[in-house]
Amino acid sequence: MSLTIRSLESVGEYALLMNRVFSVPDRMRVFLKEFSKEVYKLGVNSIWIVSIISFFIGAVTVMQISLSIDSPLLPRFTVGFVSREIILLEFSSTIMCLILAGKVGSNIASEIGSMRITEQIDALEIMGVNSANYLIFPKITAFVVFMPVLVIFSMFVGLMGGYIICLVLGTPSVDTYIYGIQAFFRALFVWNSIAKSMIFGFIIASVSAFYGYNAKGGALEVGQASTNSVVTNSILILAANLLFTQTTMG
Amino acid sequence: MIEVKNLIKEFEGRIVLNNINAEFEKGKVNMIIGKSGSGKTVLLKCLIGLVQPTSGDILYEKESIIGMKASEMNRLRRDMGMLFQGSALFDSKTVLENVMFPLDMFSRMSRRERRKRAEFCLERVNLAEAHNLYPSEISGGMMKRVAIARAIALNPKYLFCDEPNSGLDPKTSQLIDELIADITAEYGMTTIVISHDMNSVINIGDNIIFLNEGIKEWVGGRDEVMYTTNDKLNDFVFASDLFKKIKEADDAITMRESAKA
Ligand SMILES: Nc1ncnc2c1ncn2[C@@H]1O[C@H](COP(=O)(O)OP(=O)(O)OP(=O)(O)O)[C@@H](O)[C@H]1O
Ligand SMILES: [Mg+2]
Repeated sequence: MSLTIRSLESVGEYALLMNRVFSVPDRMRVFLKEFSKEVYKLGVNSIWIVSIISFFIGAVTVMQISLSIDSPLLPRFTVGFVSREIILLEFSSTIMCLILAGKVGSNIASEIGSMRITEQIDALEIMGVNSANYLIFPKITAFVVFMPVLVIFSMFVGLMGGYIICLVLGTPSVDTYIYGIQAFFRALFVWNSIAKSMIFGFIIASVSAFYGYNAKGGALEVGQASTNSVVTNSILILAANLLFTQTTMG
Repeated sequence: MIEVKNLIKEFEGRIVLNNINAEFEKGKVNMIIGKSGSGKTVLLKCLIGLVQPTSGDILYEKESIIGMKASEMNRLRRDMGMLFQGSALFDSKTVLENVMFPLDMFSRMSRRERRKRAEFCLERVNLAEAHNLYPSEISGGMMKRVAIARAIALNPKYLFCDEPNSGLDPKTSQLIDELIADITAEYGMTTIVISHDMNSVINIGDNIIFLNEGIKEWVGGRDEVMYTTNDKLNDFVFASDLFKKIKEADDAITMRESAKA
């Protein structure tokens, strides 16, 4: 019971914080500077991890499916086709965002949390700066805007991973694979994935900022806030994914 | 001038500030002293509006800040500079960027002018050489000086300092104290300094308020603080061995001289 009340309270506090976050920045020039910094820090700096993971998961997916779909009744291009569906629909959006919830989410929560406990947020407030807007708004916008880049990157590199596997193993052949990943292609799925991941991006940036902003105590609590933010983010992403898939595909 | 009227602050039923009345004058260093946990920081946070008092009033130049609209409060805050206990420098910005920050946010100056103003403020606190270092790369005393430079960048009317010399060696604390006193006189600011340190109190305290368990126990000037008859203040002042010994020596000399006479 008390847990329910506490979660309801948190939802209320989250809403109040977002209300302060979403206002017109005091200075556009300052906002744009922070925005571009965050694009670099949250987005560009995530490209390498997205690439590495996508490459290997893409490769292993093609390998697994190639081994399992071994029936003469199914054409070989099915391997490419199924791998593409998995990568485009779920891997490059949902799984990628779960990974980013760990990397980007903990980064945001610990950065804002340590600013809270070292009174940097108080320092902003006393200057008359809307600290929520100044600190959090650039992070959310930068991450959400950069999300499609990461997703498309992940799709491309994931399919590349599969391609390399076909090159190395020779089954299915590269041509069959290429044919497979183009078969029955619906661009809608790509848009779907992008839209989904932007929602997840919003969840990651705003929820971890919320945890950081409300951190109290010392370095230990900042660590806790960052762990908690990753857990909450993961649950919210999985739930949002179900909801989104149900409403758009079902 | 800042006035505090019948200020009460409770946290979950526990009274932390009990009916405080005080005046903080312009152009003077007003000091709040008292033991740890006596409510000094809470009083300061009430003054700057980071904590809402339970009851009572706070007036800036006769204008109450209780129930003030957020936009008005933000305007007033542009006249405030604050030096936090831990300096609270932005650790993702360099020294120069820290000092430029309030200017970036609120001044209408060009980039060149903002830079010049920030450099001037850094020079004013004798810190002309560390512009491009990050807060993690400078010493505690330098951080305090950067924080002062940032606090005065916009020429504030009110300067608040929470234990400006905690964690500094005696020599550096004295430099920081003198800097605060000089700047206050130079710009005619209303300065409020929280301190534990009797050295600073005697050095720069123009108007001293002694808090004890949330009650304003005593108020007076730096010349009076050593010779008070208030027991609780005496306890506080002479808690330091050095001061106790000086006082004993002083008393002994007075006794000898009166014996001679
Ligand atoms: N947010 C809060 N919630 C509950 N109690 C608080 C809060 N802030 C301060 N207090 C309590 O108010 C009392 C006064 O605290 P305050 O920080 O003002 O002391 P202080 O005089 O500044 O001490 P120090 O010299 O150690 O900094 C303490 O007992 C503290 O526990
Ligand atoms: Mg304190």
